Amino acid sequence: MTTPDIAGVAEAIPHHTTPHAAESADAVRLTGVGKTFGRTDDVPVLQGVDLRIAAGEFVCVIGASGCGKSTLLTIIAGLEPASAGEVAVPAGRASLMFQDSALFPWLTAGRNVELALRLRGLPRAQRRTEAEELLALVRLHGAYDKRVHQLSGGMRQRVALARALAQGNRVLLMDEPFAALDAITRDALHGELTRIWRETGIAVLFVTHNVREAVRLGQRVILLSSRPGRIAREWSVDIPQPRRIEDTAVAELAREITADLHREISRHGDDH
Amino acid sequence: MATTTEPPGRSPADDGDLAELEAGLDALESFSTPRISLLTRLRRSVLPPAVAVLLFLGIWQLVWALHVKADWLLPSPAETWREAAGSWSQWDVGTAVFNSVYRGLSGFAVAMLIGTPIGLTVWRFRVVRTSLGPILSGLQNLPSVAWVPIGILWFGISPATIYMVVLVGAVPSIAIGVVSGLDQVPPLYLQVGRNLGARGFSAARYILLSAAAPGYLAGLKQGWAFAWRSLMAAELIAVAPQLGPGLGQLLEQGRNNTDAGQSFTAILLIFLAGIGINALIFAPLERRILRDRGLTGRRA
Repeated sequence: MTTPDIAGVAEAIPHHTTPHAAESADAVRLTGVGKTFGRTDDVPVLQGVDLRIAAGEFVCVIGASGCGKSTLLTIIAGLEPASAGEVAVPAGRASLMFQDSALFPWLTAGRNVELALRLRGLPRAQRRTEAEELLALVRLHGAYDKRVHQLSGGMRQRVALARALAQGNRVLLMDEPFAALDAITRDALHGELTRIWRETGIAVLFVTHNVREAVRLGQRVILLSSRPGRIAREWSVDIPQPRRIEDTAVAELAREITADLHREISRHGDDH
Repeated sequence: MATTTEPPGRSPADDGDLAELEAGLDALESFSTPRISLLTRLRRSVLPPAVAVLLFLGIWQLVWALHVKADWLLPSPAETWREAAGSWSQWDVGTAVFNSVYRGLSGFAVAMLIGTPIGLTVWRFRVVRTSLGPILSGLQNLPSVAWVPIGILWFGISPATIYMVVLVGAVPSIAIGVVSGLDQVPPLYLQVGRNLGARGFSAARYILLSAAAPGYLAGLKQGWAFAWRSLMAAELIAVAPQLGPGLGQLLEQGRNNTDAGQSFTAILLIFLAGIGINALIFAPLERRILRDRGLTGRRA
């Protein structure tokens, strides 16, 4: 229903770099990316990050607080320049979602989605139907005229997801989008996100500090070390979807990853 | 719970369960603001101020009955009412109200046209903020009556003097409202706006200005209050036949005629016109902005 539209728009977006045949399958490509805030001799937030995300891939990034996970996303989104290395988003541009839905409270849910369509340059006649289809995609039929304050936290994140999809990008960056939700709602949204990811075929880079969530959702899980943020280890998750967060296989892999995460964090205690 | 060692097919039942779970969650966790009947709304919004006014009149009547001041200095509420009703039929009171409200609103409109771009400039450019910011807040604190003598020296007793005082009174408040409204826009909105592709002009149009609306409106409200009181001060001092009657002039006339009733009537009219404009223009705007954003201040 909505899927062909989104794919069509993404093809219409001009590519920044002319992709080579072999590389065109990449949605995001980072080569030796580093980031330093303030003085150049400060400890970098990110250092030598090499990361490829294939088109349509779901990758989760975990790490302790302050490991530069969020910075990584803002760099890929183009909101922040990298201090070193190369950032390429061959798929065009990337949409960004936060822990706070950041819906604009002066607009209705539907108008929030429409604003993204309008800023993308979609003609007025198409916006309303497109927005309603996107709201239906996140199972919020009939929420078009709802005000942001009338929606629950989970519903807000779904509207924010619809708005992010409305941008028509083939890459979705998510910065702990479910961290503030209760466990039941989060569980439901995991299912929704997996379904929508499959239906739209977009690439997702999902940042979280919840290891189980990462294993529940991702095809790959990447562990980022702290100060400087580097890719410490990487797992591919071969557990077939649909997964549940309470599945034994999910729990087992999560335990393994958590052990590594703890080791990574403990390393910093030795510094003092 | 079954472990997934082998790929189970994506059963439609699973998807249906999820939809039902979600529908349940949505129904439990969302709420819509209940519509309140007109009668209830009137009872809630009209009754308390009416009681307050009655109380005030009661105290007035009591003070009058105790003869704190001579009757001609402090007339009873009933006497003031007779005076007001009597003078209303004289043509110049109607004209005075009309003139003052007209001067107040047109002066305020011009102040808005001047104050808004000043505010935007102060907000946008650091140098302008550091240089002009303190002057603006200084001007806001300065009673604008202070400008009346200068105005009379420059323009004589003319509408120009009156408008000058109104503008000096209202422009700083409006400009400061713009600045504080914009300062309070959460940076996250701007980040999201940039990610959505709003830059420069479109960011200002679709995100910044809407996000800053509550602060701007507060500035406008204060600007109106300043414009109105500046106007009264100017009218009180700048009295000349060629200016035509205004509420301020009416006050002064009451003093000249040693007619406290007339001055009280003028005060009452100034009061009513001030809150009338607020109730007709600013309150509905404010109600709408706050309701849309769920900022009614009422507990859920």
